[in-house]
Amino acid sequence: MTRDKRFARWRLIILLALAALLGILCLLAPRLVPNDPYKVDLLQAKQPPGAQFPFGTDGFGRCVFSRILVGARVSIFSALAVVGITLVIGCVIGTLCGYFGGAVDTVFMRLVDIFLAFPGMVLALAVAGMLGTGLGNAVIALVATGWPQYARLARSFVLTLREENFVYAARLNGQSTWSILLRHILPNALRPLIVTASLSIGGTILGLSGLSFLGLGAQPPAVEWGSMLSDGRGLMQQAPWIVFYPGLAIFITVVLFNLLGDSVRDVLDPADAFHIFRKVKALRHRKGIPTL
Amino acid sequence: MENSLRPKGHSLGRYALRRLLLLIPVLFGVTLLTYGLMFLSPSDPVEMLLQAQGIPVSPEVVSAMRVRMGLDRPFLEQYFAWLWRFLRGDMGVSLIDGEPVWLMLKSAIPRTLLLTASSVLVTVVLSVPLGVLTAVRQNRFSDYLIRFLSFLGNAMPSFLLSLLLLYLFALRLGLLPVLAGGSVKGLILPTLALALPMSGRYIRQVRAAILEQLGKRYVAGAISRGVRARTVLIRSVLRNAMTTILTLISLSVGSLLGGTAAVERIFAWRGMGYMVMDAIFMRDYPVIQAFVVWMTILYVVINLLTDLSYALFDPRARKGLGVRS
Repeated sequence: MTRDKRFARWRLIILLALAALLGILCLLAPRLVPNDPYKVDLLQAKQPPGAQFPFGTDGFGRCVFSRILVGARVSIFSALAVVGITLVIGCVIGTLCGYFGGAVDTVFMRLVDIFLAFPGMVLALAVAGMLGTGLGNAVIALVATGWPQYARLARSFVLTLREENFVYAARLNGQSTWSILLRHILPNALRPLIVTASLSIGGTILGLSGLSFLGLGAQPPAVEWGSMLSDGRGLMQQAPWIVFYPGLAIFITVVLFNLLGDSVRDVLDPADAFHIFRKVKALRHRKGIPTL
Repeated sequence: MENSLRPKGHSLGRYALRRLLLLIPVLFGVTLLTYGLMFLSPSDPVEMLLQAQGIPVSPEVVSAMRVRMGLDRPFLEQYFAWLWRFLRGDMGVSLIDGEPVWLMLKSAIPRTLLLTASSVLVTVVLSVPLGVLTAVRQNRFSDYLIRFLSFLGNAMPSFLLSLLLLYLFALRLGLLPVLAGGSVKGLILPTLALALPMSGRYIRQVRAAILEQLGKRYVAGAISRGVRARTVLIRSVLRNAMTTILTLISLSVGSLLGGTAAVERIFAWRGMGYMVMDAIFMRDYPVIQAFVVWMTILYVVINLLTDLSYALFDPRARKGLGVRS
């Protein structure tokens, strides 16, 4: 292993640990909060950051720090859910289309063309707007905009993998189609897809908090960072911390996930996605075993 | 019989025509999907309309209205009737105040186009020179600094940047107006809020494209023949990286269509994004439909123009697209 590779791997491990820490923080948030994040106390409204309220209070006297902690779960986990769902849907559709081809392939790829014809945010706004406000609908909206890209990507990898010798070998061995798809095709196509997915987490957090900011995402009493910003913007002149701290939370989280995405890409570089097979081929060649 | 000496492919005009014809089924699907979305909605447009007009909602009135609006017909019949009206320029009237939708679009589209154009312009002006600079000064201090800043910009949502700029320049320093209100001075903050995060994204891509070109042999060749570095950069490298820059422009337009909504809300810039958010909260279906269809048409046309410009600028792309040089 070269020095660069070892460095990239360590960076990935550290970033994954940080992300895991953030995840644990989200899960434990209800126990960690210094104050009740939902308690309205107008006498304590717009308190500047201090000992009792580390990030101050909002227009209803609710603790901004506690709300950020509680809101983290919604903001981060729903973005991860969006990425996970799009990845699965795109993988399934793309793999089936690429492997089987034919009419199903044609129908789905035309559908992908149609979905990709919409500008991303326009489709998200339309779906979220038509379905009505709510976190679930915002998630559906972002999944609807995201899946075609993954489907196309998965299909393109499966199209080349389908012609690989190891797939022919598996077929000659009498393996069932499902076993070939699950054991041979999917694991090899997954790598670049996981890279794409991990690169898109940060952007998804931004998209979701954008929808919430517009009032299309999480609804009160649920707390979400984007909607906290939107609630606080009228009070920005008197109490800028109501906007500043949730904004900082979004920013830092997106920076973390963007770094993580870059790091995942560096380690699982799709440029040598087939390197294992190349290694095996090289090994066989050296030992004089005929390659398939 | 096919003459093998004839150059393969079609002329650019025929290529453009073919692409335009291919758009028809896509736009057909887009309109079908847009119209179909209305049926996913939990609330009933007839009840919305009646409520907005202050008519008490009774089952008889609702069903009479349903027949009048043609909503009792089968889905496809309704869709084709809607599409036919749409193609003739009749986009219906707002369910809220009965204003024709095309009138609303007529005032909103130019504002959104102005904001989009200024943001794209600022993005290009920032990201192309900075991208080239970071590539040329690879691994020097300025490269690290700009890359660091662009990384931060990339993580900054435009609505947060809007609020920060608003706080700093309008509330604290009082230099610029809080509400854009359609003036040129008011355009500055929304443009920056949209352009800075996008520049962050694109500086890295320009840098990568330029670095790729700088590693090619023709650069070393030209330099060794004594051509000045600046000349190579401008005459050859930038030209070869043009495809990336064009892609970047069309991508940024794509993300701005609809992506301006939050910024338009914050600065009260009454463009398409502002209009559609009002329509969404009032469940004003004709307005939402018109927004989606027009934005998509705009996007599709821009993508087409981008592809055609590849063919125009880049002889290699002509080959890939099947266009005769």
